[in-house]
Formats: sequence, structure tokens, C-alpha cells
Amino acid sequence: MTRVFGALWQHPSGRVGLFIIGLYLTLALLGVLGLTPHPALKQFMIDRLTGPSASYWMGTDLLGRDTMSRLMLGIGQSMLIAFASVAWATLAGTIIGLFAAWLGGLWDGVLMRLMDVLLAFPAILLALLIIAIVGPGTFTSVTAIAIVYTPIFARVVRGPALSLKQRDFVDAARTFGSSQRYILSRHLLLNLVAPLAVQVTLALAWALLTEAGLSFLGLGTQPPTPSLGLMLAESKNLMQQAPWLMIFPALTIMLGILGFNLTGDALRDILDPRTQRRTA
Amino acid sequence: MTPLLRVRDLHVGFGRDPKANEVVKGVSFELMAGQTLAIVGESGSGKSVTALSINRLVDFGGGQITAGSIHFQRSDGSVLDVTQADEKTLRRVRGSGIGMIFQEPMTSLNPVHTIGAQIEEAFRLNRGLTGAAGRQAALDVLDRVRIPDAKSRLAYYPHQLSGGMRQRVMIAMALASSPRLLIADEPTTALDVTVQAQIMALLAELRAETGMSMIFITHDIGLVAGIADNIMVMQQGVAVEQNQIDAVLDNPQHDYTRHLLKAVPHFSAGKAVRTDGHRVEGRAPIVSVDDLVVRFPVGRGLFRAKAAVHAVDGVSFDLQPGETLAIVGESGSGKSTTARAILGLNSHQRGAITTAAGRSRRPIQMVFQDPFASLNPRLNVEALLAEPAIANGQRKDAALHERMQFLLERVGLPADALERYPHQFSGGQRQRLCIARALMLNPDVVVLDEAVSALDVSVQARVLDLLVDLQREFNLAYLFISHDMAVVERIAHRIAVMFAGQIVEIGEARGVLADPQHSYTKRLIAAVPAVERRNQHFAVDMTQVPSLVRQAGYEPPEARWRQAGIDHQVRVEVAS
Repeated sequence: MTRVFGALWQHPSGRVGLFIIGLYLTLALLGVLGLTPHPALKQFMIDRLTGPSASYWMGTDLLGRDTMSRLMLGIGQSMLIAFASVAWATLAGTIIGLFAAWLGGLWDGVLMRLMDVLLAFPAILLALLIIAIVGPGTFTSVTAIAIVYTPIFARVVRGPALSLKQRDFVDAARTFGSSQRYILSRHLLLNLVAPLAVQVTLALAWALLTEAGLSFLGLGTQPPTPSLGLMLAESKNLMQQAPWLMIFPALTIMLGILGFNLTGDALRDILDPRTQRRTA
Repeated sequence: MTPLLRVRDLHVGFGRDPKANEVVKGVSFELMAGQTLAIVGESGSGKSVTALSINRLVDFGGGQITAGSIHFQRSDGSVLDVTQADEKTLRRVRGSGIGMIFQEPMTSLNPVHTIGAQIEEAFRLNRGLTGAAGRQAALDVLDRVRIPDAKSRLAYYPHQLSGGMRQRVMIAMALASSPRLLIADEPTTALDVTVQAQIMALLAELRAETGMSMIFITHDIGLVAGIADNIMVMQQGVAVEQNQIDAVLDNPQHDYTRHLLKAVPHFSAGKAVRTDGHRVEGRAPIVSVDDLVVRFPVGRGLFRAKAAVHAVDGVSFDLQPGETLAIVGESGSGKSTTARAILGLNSHQRGAITTAAGRSRRPIQMVFQDPFASLNPRLNVEALLAEPAIANGQRKDAALHERMQFLLERVGLPADALERYPHQFSGGQRQRLCIARALMLNPDVVVLDEAVSALDVSVQARVLDLLVDLQREFNLAYLFISHDMAVVERIAHRIAVMFAGQIVEIGEARGVLADPQHSYTKRLIAAVPAVERRNQHFAVDMTQVPSLVRQAGYEPPEARWRQAGIDHQVRVEVAS
């Protein structure tokens, strides 16, 4: 684990990605602890729609709330949803993919066709459908995004799991009489960590974007809780008078996705068995 | 006369600083048109890299020629320095000037095209044959490399063929371009001896027909003895000895050449069989197999499969404690399937496999052919060795740790090995690890499926010695699956010869090897390559392996056996 982090830090794009993710996590943590420049929900009515200045680094909004403080909270909110939903998607997708590959036959067919059906919908449309049924909110966003990305993980796991299942070391384990649980966890899952790690990082970027999209449409995080997508939505009518209200949240979203993508690319380079063999 | 190929002071390096990481350190040789050069060495000696430099394929593997020259005479008489040529010229040279056969048959074929399409493609690119002419040429060349049912095989995909078959397809494709120089990189390592002998004979014949030169890379001196004109022995990137073949074989100058010649397992037709541990008539067997049948259904009918591959058809034998029964045969003869059946790893088997109560709950353990594939790369040695014990309800305690240490020491691995991961060991060490793992449960029987085939000759000899020692110490019975008669001669007490899913001859090792009765056994023994037999003439034996695909419901006629000696039975051959 430390080896992977060390290698990531040595990798040029990995270092940039890790730095961005680290910065976001720090900002989010400060936001959660209330260590923002100003209270995030407090309305400074005198300073409404002030541009970036020494006391409001990123300006204020229509209600006089400090944009930077709200952004810090918004990052926390978006990251929470992204991490929670990807965690669920990883768990569900891995279990489904692993069992489809291991059991094969009818199980494989039914499970993977189900995943194909989910995958056939555009991500945001499927999320909209789920929210339309259940109603908006943080928890619904997490569930919707998790369901949308589960099939991707199921596929990422099933392919390699099918080939691992045929390997000699799995046959060897059968000859010792190892339990299925042991074979699945030690021989299959352990060898799937590398492709999963790459997929998780990339999925975090997509989840961040999907969450922003849902909130922008008013279906994700509900006001007054700040979230990146919501702040973008609120700024759209004031684009001309107060461009900072749009620029900073938009930059934050872009930079966050860039961070995860760079890390994902670097991870793929590092965990690729071909490059690994050369360094080993 | 200008040589076809002249290599001067070739240096090849890898990595970021190729000058510092040289794998080939100043190799020079010449090759005349129509001659064959054998490059011999163990893995890591730089023999493959040298060969790959000749058509600059080494560039694609991350290598770089750091010094030296390679002059290749093209068909129009001009001489090309390959080290200076650009990619476009190189591509033309690779297509028609220098053909290549690789070591790894699975990765060299495109898995999404039928082999027919791939061979036809080779003919279309190299000879401009299209349509029916291309198909006919593909069919002919498949026949020449002895692929049974050539016509229907054209529609097969690579994964439907065995490793040996795939290599034959590769050779067929290389032959399609009729190159001036053919580089063969361990082309027969994955093949059976009888096929190997045929391929060698075929290559020799092609060389005579076309005047093609060959560079033959191998770890097996005995193999090239019959075909090469010159030989170059390599060790750690340096050519330690090169001369005419007779001079090197009869009067080796360098210590390493002598070592190699000694390490090559010599087949001596039953004179070197083991003398310890004899079979005691009437003793209760530890495993007995009675009428084992394994059939894999192929082709879907409406309700059930229409036909089946009869991989194993009516095999019976028994194994006494402490003895080695070797099963020899070609790939596809069903020997590995038999081994897997004994451990219950096949899904379509019938017949009785009776195991006497052993020392542990799982008295039969197995060692696989490929030590790289049979160890999970993500687990360290401690976890690998603990697995069989945990699977059988033992706790990870001091006693288990002690047993691991004991077995590691016993198979000749360092004590600090427990913390390490499989990729930190060499092939031979990994196979020792697999042996230690198989012994963790204190079994009575160990099934060794081509367990030493993937190892270098000198490593192979040491692992064989270890196996014999372990057998005596723990009173193990071995079921030793192999295609290599010389190896079998060293370890077997009894030998069963399998052909097309059936045992054709079984009996005491000396009897079977010294006095083979069945025509297939005779052919198998005649095909064993050896330094001493280099002046023998190999004829292209076109005997076809019968197709194992049978209609559903087919049962083979009952076998009749003939006694050829005490403990030596031969299946009576039916004229067909």
C-alpha cells in the first residue's frame, strides 16, 4: 500500500492528482469542522454580491453569503456523496461480477443481462428516474449514483475473474480442498485489487460530476446545504453581475475531476503488470 | 562467397541506460546460405535477444542495439546493415527475407481469427495467393506440419487447439513466406517428442529443398545435434564457444559446454532406470483407477451434445505406495486429463478411482507444469504454504510454522523465503515451492503433471534428484506425467504409454524402454533426440493422430491385452 502511494508520488501526473485530492480533502475537513473564513450559512446583507476582496476571497452571493466558505462545505458534501456512492457501487458491483464469473451458466447470464439493462440507460437519466420515484435528497443521490455505476464495476470484475478462475493456482487450491470463500477472497479478489483501484478512482470523478449535475437540476442536495452543483444553479441568473459566483464552483468541479482522473491514469500505469515487471 | 549473415561484435542492452544493462555483450558469427547455426544456452543467456536483433524485433521489446553490425544479404544480392536500416526496409526484410517461429504459440496467434484465415493471410501477403488457391495452400501446409483433420481445422480458433497444435500452425505460417533465413526460437519446446522429431525432419527437408538458412535457438543440445552445421554456446550474453557441430560435441573446449552436455538428460533405452524400490506383487495399491472415461461434449444438439471428445477412454492402472508410475504420451493423448481426473478436477468423468485410506484426509496432491501460473502472485510464501493446512482445518500456529520451515529447508529453499513473494524466485525455486506446498498435508501420492518440463536442463536434473530423495524419505507414490522419455527413464519404476486416450503399453520401466512392443511406443522411443544419435536420418513420419471426436453413444471396442513379460502388458493392435 505504501509502495503504491510512493510510486504515485513519483509519477508526474500522479503527484498532481494526489495533491489536488489532498487539497480537496483538507478543505472539506476544515469546512466540516466549521473552520471556514466566515460561517457558511450566515447572510452578510450589507455585503451582498460583493466581488472577490480581502475579506471575501471569492466574493458573496445574492444573500450575502461567503462563496469560499460555501465552497468548502460544498466540496465536503460532493465528496461525501461521491465517496459513499462509489463505495456502494464497488461493493455491489464486485459481488455481482464475482458471483457471475464464479457460478457461470444461468447465474452469469441473468446477472450480467440485468447489468446490461442498467448500463443501457444514460447515467444521468437513470439517476433522474430513481430520484423521480423516491424524491430528492442526499441519501437518494447516493443510492441513485451507486446504482448507476454498479454495472461498470460488475463488468470490470467479471472479465478478469473469469480468466483467474481458469488459472492453475485456483485448480491447485481445489486439490487442497480450499473452501469457495477462501478461493474467492484470496485467489480471485486479491488479484482484482489492481483493476478495481483504477476503476474506483475514475468512478469517483464521474460520481462527482453526476452529483453536480443532479444538484444543478435541483434533484440532489437541497438548499440551504451548499453543494457545487447547487451553487452553479443559483449563479446562472447572475452570470453577468456576479461572474465569480459561477467561475469558482465551476473551476472547483473541473479541478476535482482532473485530480481523480490524473490519479486514475497514474494508478493504471503503476499497477499495469507490464510496467511492473520492468521495474521488478 | 559472401555469407548470408555476418554479425560483428553485437551488443544489445535494455532499459533506460542500455549501455549499462547489456544482455548481449559482443557476439560475432557468420552464417552461409543453406547452413544452420544452433545457438544453445540456458534461460537468461541472451540467445533469444541475439536472434531477435537480427530482424530488429528486439526494438519492440524495449531493447536497443548499442554497438556492432549485422549484415544481411538480400535476395537481389545487396547487403543490408540491419542495425542502420529504417523501419520500412525492416518490415520488408521481416516479411520475405527473415522468417521467424516463436517460442510462445498462444500469444503469437490472433485469438479472434480462425487459423485458416491467418494462414491464408500469410499466403496472401507473401505470395499473393487469394481465394481458393490460398485455401488450398493453407490446407497443404497444415498437412505438412501434421495436423489431423486439416480441412476442418481451418475453421478452428486458436483457443480450440492444444499448445502443440498451435505451434504447428505457427510453423505453417512461417513457411508460407519461404524465407531465406528462418529464425526458430525454441520452436519445439512445447511439442511432443514424436512431433518434435517430425518438425525437425520437416525443417531439415525444407532447408534442403529451398536452400534456406536457419538459426535454431534451443536449450537442448541433443535436439540440434542432428540438424545444425555450426553451434554457438552462449552464457550470460557471451558466446563461450563456437565451432562446427562435431568439434563442439565430441571435444568441448569450454567448461560451460561440458557442463551443458553433462546436464542434458541422456536417454539410454532402459539402461539407466532406477534400481531402488520394486513393485511387490499382490501388495494393496494406494490408488487404483478402473475404466476411467472422460469425455467433453462438443457440438450442441437439440437435447444433448451430438458428439464428444474422448479425451480418456477406458484407462485402468494402480499405484502402490512408494512407487513411481510414469504416464508418457503426446499432447492430446489424455495424460494430463487422467492426472486431473484422479484429483476430481474434470467435470465429465466416469469410472472408479479408489483411494486407500492415507496419512491425511487428502492423500493425493498435485504439482502443476507451470510454476509461474500455479502460485498466486499476490500471496507470500507463508500464505501459499499455509493454504492447504488451513483448508483442512489446521490452525496457523507454531507447529504449522515449524512444518513450513522444515519443508522449505527440505526442498532446498532459504529459511527467509517465507516472507517473499513468488516473483522473487526463479522457475526452479518456484517448482520447489510447489513441491513443498504439495507436501504440506503429508500426502501418500503426488501427481506431477509435467512438473519439470518448464525448467532448464541443469535445474531439471536437480529437481529430479530432489523428487527421488523425497520419495524415499516420505514413502511417496508418484504419478509422473511427462512427454520426455529421458526424464521418465530417470524417475519411473513403471511406465504407462498413452496414445489417443488409451493406455497402449504398461509395465516395468526397463522392459518398456528396452523392449518396446507397441508400434506407438517404438515410434516414441525412436524420436527421442540425443547427442549420440545425431547421424541418424530422420524421416518425415506422416502418421496421423486419429481424431478423438466421436459420435454420441460411441463406445470403443474392448481392449485385448498381450503379456510381453512379467509386469509388461501390451494392447493388441487392431489393423485399421
